[in-house]
Amino acid sequence: MTRTDEIFRAISWVIGIGCVIFLMLPIVITVAASFTSSPVYTLPPPDWSLRWYKSLAHKSGLLDAVMISVNLALVSTVISLVLGTMAAIAVARGRFHGKQAVATFVVSPLMMPGLVVGVALLQFFREIGLRDAYWSLLLGHIVITLPFVMRTLLAAMGSFDFSMVDAARTLGLSYPKAIAKVLIPNLAPAYLTGGLFAFLASMDNYPISIFLTDARNKTLPIKMLQYLEEQPDPSLAAMSSGLILLAVIVLLIGARTVGLNKMIQ
Amino acid sequence: MIARLDRISLLAVPALVFLAAIYALPLMMLLAKSFQGPEGTGISAYIEFFSDPYNLNVLWRTIRVALLTTLLALLIAYPTAFAMARANGIWLTVFLVALVLPMSLGVVVKAFAWSILFRANGALNEFMQWIGLTSGPIRMMFTETALVVGAANVFLPFMVLPIYAVVRQLNASLPDAAASLGATPLFRFTHVTLPLTLPGVVAGAAFVFSLSISMYVIPSLIVGERQQTMSMLIARSFLYLRDETLGSTISAILLAIAVAVVLFSSWLAGRLGARQ
Repeated sequence: MTRTDEIFRAISWVIGIGCVIFLMLPIVITVAASFTSSPVYTLPPPDWSLRWYKSLAHKSGLLDAVMISVNLALVSTVISLVLGTMAAIAVARGRFHGKQAVATFVVSPLMMPGLVVGVALLQFFREIGLRDAYWSLLLGHIVITLPFVMRTLLAAMGSFDFSMVDAARTLGLSYPKAIAKVLIPNLAPAYLTGGLFAFLASMDNYPISIFLTDARNKTLPIKMLQYLEEQPDPSLAAMSSGLILLAVIVLLIGARTVGLNKMIQ
Repeated sequence: MIARLDRISLLAVPALVFLAAIYALPLMMLLAKSFQGPEGTGISAYIEFFSDPYNLNVLWRTIRVALLTTLLALLIAYPTAFAMARANGIWLTVFLVALVLPMSLGVVVKAFAWSILFRANGALNEFMQWIGLTSGPIRMMFTETALVVGAANVFLPFMVLPIYAVVRQLNASLPDAAASLGATPLFRFTHVTLPLTLPGVVAGAAFVFSLSISMYVIPSLIVGERQQTMSMLIARSFLYLRDETLGSTISAILLAIAVAVVLFSSWLAGRLGARQ
């Protein structure tokens, strides 16, 4: 270890700690702002209070937005897990040309401009006469969640020993049963991680949803941006703090069952 | 045997059919629409778009902001990935929580938190005056710098994670071996460490660039209507102006950039993989 190495090491630690602070800053701001007594966002808050948490109870339409977002995220994630499992098995085990192309295509919506996909879906659904906002949103959200699931499952199946599935088959299980009883339990961490990121991506999607909503089906990010434009009071910070708490709980469960380092692979 | 293997390949069909119908086909139709002007098929909509200096300005701003965001994220993420790879126990947990937890805070709230920080009477200005960096409040809100800082903050995890994945697998004895052969630290970095970590850098940079070139919520909350980006032009032409040809044209241009980034980065990743 030379002096230069030590200097490099020290610099990487200083930037690393700076990075942690930088990443946590919006969370700290949001939580601090949620406990303010003032009706506007001022930092530091003049006084502490819980009034914005209480105000959440009679915020019109907020609960509906949470419900529709959770509903869309859950249903689209489950459908993506099914479609993604099948496609990932085909890429991992099938014998056909262009496997890499199939994998790239299924993961590609991740890197396409959300707003453009949203516009394209809006025009397409109008063309085929699909007018129901819930179904439009659901189809759009499957396009968002499928790449997250596919990416994680492809990586996990790359190092999975498929002879275990074959062994279960020789023991008399049908192929779908062998997948359900051997493959899925063995890849549980990948399912949890892929599912979690897919769920979060759906919950947080704005650019695709904005083109597919109607007055009755407003998702949470759309409702939140609308509140910010109409009356930006700290009740939004209060609700976000609630969501952060929820995320902390999910992370704790994830860390206990899967391990944080495994979750992000 | 052949029949069974074929059946396994068929498992990809539902996902492919779904994405072909609800993703590829709509994008194709959007592309086709961008070539249909009021006076028949042609590239008139593109000529109109590119002949307006305002549009060119927006296009250049969008690309510039995306490049700067990617660069800032890379400058922070690269050393951080090395610190993470050496961290263990509580420090590794701190890094991982800092990367994953912000993903649970919606982008709307995150962008708004930054807009609170950037205000003239906001926390950042007061802090900078307190430590004596500036003598009075400086204007940060509605500036491109604010946008780049906010965007880099939101997309940073997507840069750190792929680089961390390759740095973690880096064989620590390789640079030492180079050192024992008499290589200088700079030579070791440019000839051993950097080439080995480049695949992670390419993956992270491609992802962050394509996210920032198409971001919508962050610029609309941090810079507002005064400095439009391509995404804001798309939203405006569809949601307010109801000019579908213009909107489709801008969408097609943004789509072309995104597809180019995907193709270029996978070509680069393939080349890097082949070299090793």
